[in-house]
Amino acid sequence: MTSTTPQHAERGVDPAAIVAVRGATRHYGAVHAVDGVDLDVGRGELFGLIGHNGAGKSTLFKMMLGLVPLTAGDIRIDGAPVSGGGFRAVRRKIGYLPENVVLYDNLTGLETLQFFARLKRVPAKECAPVLERVGLTHAAQRRVREYSKGMRQRLGFAQALLGRPQLLFLDEPTNGLDPEAIREFYLILRGLKADGVTMILTSHILAEIQERVDRLAIMAAGKVQAIGTVQMLRERMDLPLWFHVRLPRADFERVRTVLGHLPVTAVEARDDHVAVQCRRDAKMLVLQALASLGDKVLDLHVHEPSLEDVFFGFSD
Amino acid sequence: MELRQVGTIAGKEFWDRIRNRWVLAVALVFTVFALVIAYFGGAQQGAVGFRSIGVTIASLVSLVIYLIPLIALVLGFDAIVGERERGSLDLLLSMPITRFELLLGKYLGLAAALAFSTIAGFGLVAVVLAAQLDLPALFHYFGFMASSVLLGMAFLSIAVMLSVFAADRTRASGLAIAAWFFFVLVFDLLLLGALVVTGGSYGGEIFPYLLLLNPADVFRILNIFTLDDVRTLYGLATVFPRTLAEPWLLGLVMLAWIVTPLAVATWRFRK
Repeated sequence: MTSTTPQHAERGVDPAAIVAVRGATRHYGAVHAVDGVDLDVGRGELFGLIGHNGAGKSTLFKMMLGLVPLTAGDIRIDGAPVSGGGFRAVRRKIGYLPENVVLYDNLTGLETLQFFARLKRVPAKECAPVLERVGLTHAAQRRVREYSKGMRQRLGFAQALLGRPQLLFLDEPTNGLDPEAIREFYLILRGLKADGVTMILTSHILAEIQERVDRLAIMAAGKVQAIGTVQMLRERMDLPLWFHVRLPRADFERVRTVLGHLPVTAVEARDDHVAVQCRRDAKMLVLQALASLGDKVLDLHVHEPSLEDVFFGFSD
Repeated sequence: MELRQVGTIAGKEFWDRIRNRWVLAVALVFTVFALVIAYFGGAQQGAVGFRSIGVTIASLVSLVIYLIPLIALVLGFDAIVGERERGSLDLLLSMPITRFELLLGKYLGLAAALAFSTIAGFGLVAVVLAAQLDLPALFHYFGFMASSVLLGMAFLSIAVMLSVFAADRTRASGLAIAAWFFFVLVFDLLLLGALVVTGGSYGGEIFPYLLLLNPADVFRILNIFTLDDVRTLYGLATVFPRTLAEPWLLGLVMLAWIVTPLAVATWRFRK
């Protein structure tokens, strides 16, 4: 697969990008489902796409897969335009797990994979190992109608893994999975990442992806509002952080005293601790001031803004 | 176009109908109806038992012209809209397959199931009647079977087209029922009404050509016109020119009825 072409250079595309989205737009009448999105995803990257329902994530996904035509703009996967005739060859290297995956109830798990394997021109012998990878070997001969929601989701993931894809699109991939299955799912993603597979995933469980993605984009109203690592977005949003200082109740006022001259934005006495809010740039000053309390401090926790805080900051 | 992709989709559609016993059920319906008509068709005239191939085929045509379009429309009306509504269409289209290959595969798989059940159902009757049929009679019977398959393909093509245009399965089923009413019940009445209203002074010359606009009529003419005694019985020779009733020509018209709706469906599906 090639990616560095003269056309790429002209369009200002990062040569390392396997997905290059430029001004991608999709209008449905007056509704701007996706509105001028620019996005690059590098090879081997685990990229998150988050947004409210209706933010345009799934439409953008479908545009990147060539399922929804673009009103304007350009999307290239591995250098090939998604609307071009050459995209069929690229599709063989792509795995896709749709949101609310629907499979064929009358087929068994193994038959389902064999059907998709034929479409992808993957040898049938690859199906059993893929089923094993997602933990469905025991249910290979059972009809999909007997599968639970979580098992269907895992089978959907299995079809996406057929043919050793170089690029995976995973739309709400942990829908219906129990915590154990979610953990196993991300372990598989870690293995795929180690193999150099590029993955783009959406999730509405922000806590779940904030520790796992390399970079993410926040979408709202059809536009990308922010893009970067979680840490970069936190810094850009400049949200305050919280210190939770546990110490004897009799010493709560001492906290106010040592922080008196510092630019803290809130000091709140709570049940067994004092909560201190400050701007990110005052973090080390506050930490030093709290250290001056010595052994009065029984415990200390620093709470960085969560991805949810960042998300609401950008999307609102 | 990659035939392998078409074959994969067609194979799944066909085996789905084999596994859920759709093919068996339809074949049984055809067999039972055909046997009942062959043996008891003349009961009203006080005679029971097989009479002549001409009368049997004429009776079967009257049955098939209602039954096969209905079965084909029910079989195909949700081919595409069903996948879309269930949410499985996006997954299919994310595979290395074009929309045309998917549509053609769906059509061919369903057509194979319908053709298989038609041939099996009526073929079984041919086996049962074989002792009482001479070679020309068998030839006519196989001609009837082949034209029944073509009739099914034509209405299946219409059903798949409606399936592409319809926004949801409910509308698709409504359109399929409307198509059945129009082609099987209303179309001939409209033509007949127009002839009666004008006293036959207008449209008499184009009347035979208008009949070609309905695959059910093409099927009827194809079967009735090839049997001398039945042709006379139906009085068709007076309204339908013999030159237009050539089996190969009517076969081509039937093929056009298969290809045209599929072509329209492909155009729409690609959009």
